[in-house]
Amino acid sequence: MLYQVFVDPFVQMADMPDLLVQVLWEGTVAGVLYALIALGFVLIFKASGVFNFAQGIMVVFAALTLVGLHENGVPAPLALVLTVGVMYALAWSIERVVLRPLVNQPDIILFMATFGITYLIIGLGEFIFGGRPKAMITGELFLPRGAIDVQMLGGRVTFQKLDIAAAVIAGLMVAALAVFFQRTRIGRALRAVADSHKAALSVGISLNQIWVIVWFTAGLVALVTGIMWGARSDVSFGLQIIALKALPVLILGGFTSVPGAIVGGLIIGIGEKMGEFYWGPLVGSGIESWLAYLIALAFLLFRPQGLFGDKIIERI
Amino acid sequence: MFYREAGQFKTSYEADMAVFPIRQDRVGLAIILAAAVALPPFLDAFVVGTVLVPFLVFSLAATGLNLLTGYTGLLSLGTGAFMGVGAYACYKLTTIFPQVNILVWILASGFFSAAIGVVFGLPSLRIKGFYLAVATLAAQFFLEWCFVRIPWLFNYNLSGAIEAPSRSVFGIPIVGASATPLARYYAILAIVVVLTWIASNIVHGRVGRAWMAVRDMDIAAELMGIRLLRAKLLAFAVSSFYCGVAGAAMMFLWYGGGEAKDAFSINLSFTILFMIIIGGLGSLLGAFLGAALLHLVPIFLKFGLPELGVPIGGATAEHLTHILVGALIVFFLIVEPHGLARLWATTKQKLRAWPFPY
Repeated sequence: MLYQVFVDPFVQMADMPDLLVQVLWEGTVAGVLYALIALGFVLIFKASGVFNFAQGIMVVFAALTLVGLHENGVPAPLALVLTVGVMYALAWSIERVVLRPLVNQPDIILFMATFGITYLIIGLGEFIFGGRPKAMITGELFLPRGAIDVQMLGGRVTFQKLDIAAAVIAGLMVAALAVFFQRTRIGRALRAVADSHKAALSVGISLNQIWVIVWFTAGLVALVTGIMWGARSDVSFGLQIIALKALPVLILGGFTSVPGAIVGGLIIGIGEKMGEFYWGPLVGSGIESWLAYLIALAFLLFRPQGLFGDKIIERI
Repeated sequence: MFYREAGQFKTSYEADMAVFPIRQDRVGLAIILAAAVALPPFLDAFVVGTVLVPFLVFSLAATGLNLLTGYTGLLSLGTGAFMGVGAYACYKLTTIFPQVNILVWILASGFFSAAIGVVFGLPSLRIKGFYLAVATLAAQFFLEWCFVRIPWLFNYNLSGAIEAPSRSVFGIPIVGASATPLARYYAILAIVVVLTWIASNIVHGRVGRAWMAVRDMDIAAELMGIRLLRAKLLAFAVSSFYCGVAGAAMMFLWYGGGEAKDAFSINLSFTILFMIIIGGLGSLLGAFLGAALLHLVPIFLKFGLPELGVPIGGATAEHLTHILVGALIVFFLIVEPHGLARLWATTKQKLRAWPFPY
């Protein structure tokens, strides 16, 4: 038993390095997508202190809107633009209807409110576009198909072109966000709000406006994530369970750190795939569904604020 | 006018500390209990089976979660899984010892659930708030996986589901195909009444006060001499006990076996959580009000509207339910963050002063 847990998996890894590379790659791609969902959480948490449970649903909703519009005869580029508009409308109405009346309520109340938003969006999305799973319009969006086979390490490793595109786009988006935060006027305002609401208000930054912008940014991140996730599997509200995986990622990375979200996503993605592939068969496989949470829990016991989170200081 | 305590004098300390200090409250509760016992035989069996029994099951689970989240301030998303533990424990117990009264096993299965709850409650000592919610998600997904992957739990049957065997209490079948909704209703009613009474005593006593102190600020509570380890783990144990009993009751007194695969999923956890948010965190009455509202809304949309002549498909009803539940949560958080229970308290205050504003 001990041999099977502690030695055998590593022997397998050393024996078949090509398989190991394949598993690592799968894990990296999954991790990038988890990281993208987590990124949306972090953006909103930093700027408004709201733990946005609805981020996962926003991903599905964005993808569903895009596909749904296209199904109803709207050409793909126009559908994309319209979806961006829908995400802006969503951000605006959430700020106006939900957040503004709840300013200064305890965190837990705002968290619960995002639960409400989650259900509202699920119902609305299914009501408008129907509950059937849909296929993402990869071709129309010029996303590459097919796979590249690479001969390496005495075997063959398959890279899906779509996954490569996802990783590249995710990288570009993170870079763009970094520039946006560091170099632009609005980005500085966002960082100011993240540091202190009151100080930001006192130098004339409009909180309401910032919140709309930050929810809209999170909506855009959700749209990109939704396209990528949707291209790998169907677009349906079943994705929301996968979106819950972003929570352990956040835990690992800390709620306030963008690099943390990315590193956390990669750790969770790779850890999960490795665990499933090498240790899963020992207990009857399917452990992917809870391994991520267990990894996060193990980290939490040693660092309750996550890898990159701010240190928690408690006062009476 | 009717609801006024003028002339009711409290002459002893006990009377002053009573849970229901006003006579009208006591009379009202007695009337509700009497109606709950006397009325159902005159109702349609369908109504008893699909409205009353699930309502009581949900109330019990919501009470359990409320003890943890509302009173102790520990957010849990693992309610569904803890209910599942109760259901599977009850199934194992009643198949191994078929001759023992099933009601005993339904209650006993709560202890298994409590033990599991304590194990997954251990991280709560170090982890707080949202982080704890993720820790309980680990419990949810891990236990869900166990329910599917460990065939011993469902006695190696091919469907992988719990099959409720026929069980009788005092010669009346209450579990299985031959049990009438009415018999099942009385069984669950007895369980809910007794457990609610116990819960009320817990939260009004020393333990409940310790929990509330922990909820309001755990470091301050610790400085005042409350042992956090004991208080938090006790909250997890008691809460999981209630959820476990509710789960066992759900499987044996409501579903009657059948398809149980997705019954204890994360969605159940969310539903119970919404019930206590809408009903009122930290209020036993709230658990019942929330369960009533969240259970009745879907039933009304599904069965009520077609009866009234509004054509509505099953799928549309489900979508509308989602929209409505979401809107209700947001609405209640904005209008009254303390839920239906607080609305009721405000109404009572208004009634006392009626017809004057104060």
